Amino acid sequence: MSEIGLALLRAAVWLGLAPLLPGLINKVKAWVAGRCGPPVLQLYYDLARLWRKGAVLSTLASPGFVFGPAVAWLAVAAAAALMPLGPLGAVAGFRGDVVLVIYLLALARFATAWGAMETGSAFEGMGAAREVSFAVLAEAAVITGVLALCVQSGRLTLAGMLGESAGPGAALLGAGLFIVLLAENCRVPFDDPNTHLELTMVHEVMVLDHSGPLLAAVLHGAAVKLLFFAVLLVQAVLPLGHWPAGTALAALAAGVLVVTVGVGLVEALLARVAFRRVPLLLTSAWVLCVFALLVAWKGGGR
Amino acid sequence: MTGLLNVLVGVVMGLNLVALAGGRLPLLIRTVAVQGVVLGLMPLILEHGALDWKLAAVAVATVAGKGLLIPSLLLRALRVARIDREVEPLLGFVPSLLLGALGTLAAVGLTEFLPLRPEHAATLLVPGALASVLTGFILLAGRVKALSQVCGYLVLENGIYLFGLLLLGSTPLLVESGILLDVTVGVFVIGIIVDRIQRTFDSLDTRRLTVLRE
Repeated sequence: MSEIGLALLRAAVWLGLAPLLPGLINKVKAWVAGRCGPPVLQLYYDLARLWRKGAVLSTLASPGFVFGPAVAWLAVAAAAALMPLGPLGAVAGFRGDVVLVIYLLALARFATAWGAMETGSAFEGMGAAREVSFAVLAEAAVITGVLALCVQSGRLTLAGMLGESAGPGAALLGAGLFIVLLAENCRVPFDDPNTHLELTMVHEVMVLDHSGPLLAAVLHGAAVKLLFFAVLLVQAVLPLGHWPAGTALAALAAGVLVVTVGVGLVEALLARVAFRRVPLLLTSAWVLCVFALLVAWKGGGR
Repeated sequence: MTGLLNVLVGVVMGLNLVALAGGRLPLLIRTVAVQGVVLGLMPLILEHGALDWKLAAVAVATVAGKGLLIPSLLLRALRVARIDREVEPLLGFVPSLLLGALGTLAAVGLTEFLPLRPEHAATLLVPGALASVLTGFILLAGRVKALSQVCGYLVLENGIYLFGLLLLGSTPLLVESGILLDVTVGVFVIGIIVDRIQRTFDSLDTRRLTVLRE
């Protein structure tokens, strides 16, 4: 397959399949609760509807209100382009690209918080403050997990470290990254995507004033970020680089499906934790990643 | 054999951290119970030759004592004395978790420098023992309620038990059996004391005991 065809395929997977994940999560939640639930493709319909609508712009807001979601979407898409998709590979890979990916995610978070503060709404400021303070702990866990993968595989590129086996610490690393996935994507133990109470929302309250295409960019960016973390988790645990291309691709798809169903089950069966317990949960994720690092260091990483 | 043993010691270390981060007394008691069962299974894995009946008896006694008897006594005390099931920490959950994790890391990292016998150097027994003793100390010093302090004692004793496993060949858990007996008696006594404290003060807060006067 030509290089251009491969690039188009990757873009189609990242941007086209990402909105499927929230639909699957909602379907699992509805199924556990014994309801019929919204269609799996609901987010696609929402995105198409929002794209056709006009945006309402506050007279108080500077152009940053429009730039925020746009920059956030671009940063998440760039991070996704650098994340290898098993045998399909990434757009580019170089030594230390994982640091750039972590910074791109941080840039996306900054841009979302910036857009949230533009209208001067107190609720949105509160949501932005929570998002950023959760991220401080979640980022520490991600960096420690990446460090564990580096030590285990002895590589400094994302493709290199994700292709290798995660070794005996895979279970610890998987558990830690799953908690981070829930926190970074504002899923249930940290935030409730279905809540309608502005006082307790985290991610949803930050985008209350965005409408039309801006809201579509925010929703689509969130779906791509969810797919990004699911792909990272699956590749960190499974040694996809050692398997034939077809098997690896099938394993990656199956793994992402399992993670999505897992998120749906967590969301259906758990209640969100109180705000004062969130740091403990995120610290546990960090400790899990630290112990994965310890196992990689002690258990003969290369 | 060593691989399976190390996984079990790793589980014990993980349970230490669960005990430090858990916010409910029943969870704390059950964590310590599971830890006791895991520890009770270890002599069976360590023994390379034929299964000694004394060793099997010790393993059964450990599992029954630490996994069933003591936890059921503690849960009974919790129920009878109508104790609120929230753990009241003096030292917050996040600091205790971080201290415990730091202690475990230090124990694993520093064991390399200890003059161990070659057959013990490859196992995690010594770091596991050090980490459990440290966790026991944190639970003892950092929790208010008498029942969580009992759990701290139990974790501390589990650490001593892990040390005892190093001497399994020469003295088959002689010291350990004595300590286990002491702890069982201690739990009986503390069960009675907990009831008394609850009746006298309407609370299990050990801080109130310091204001006792003759």
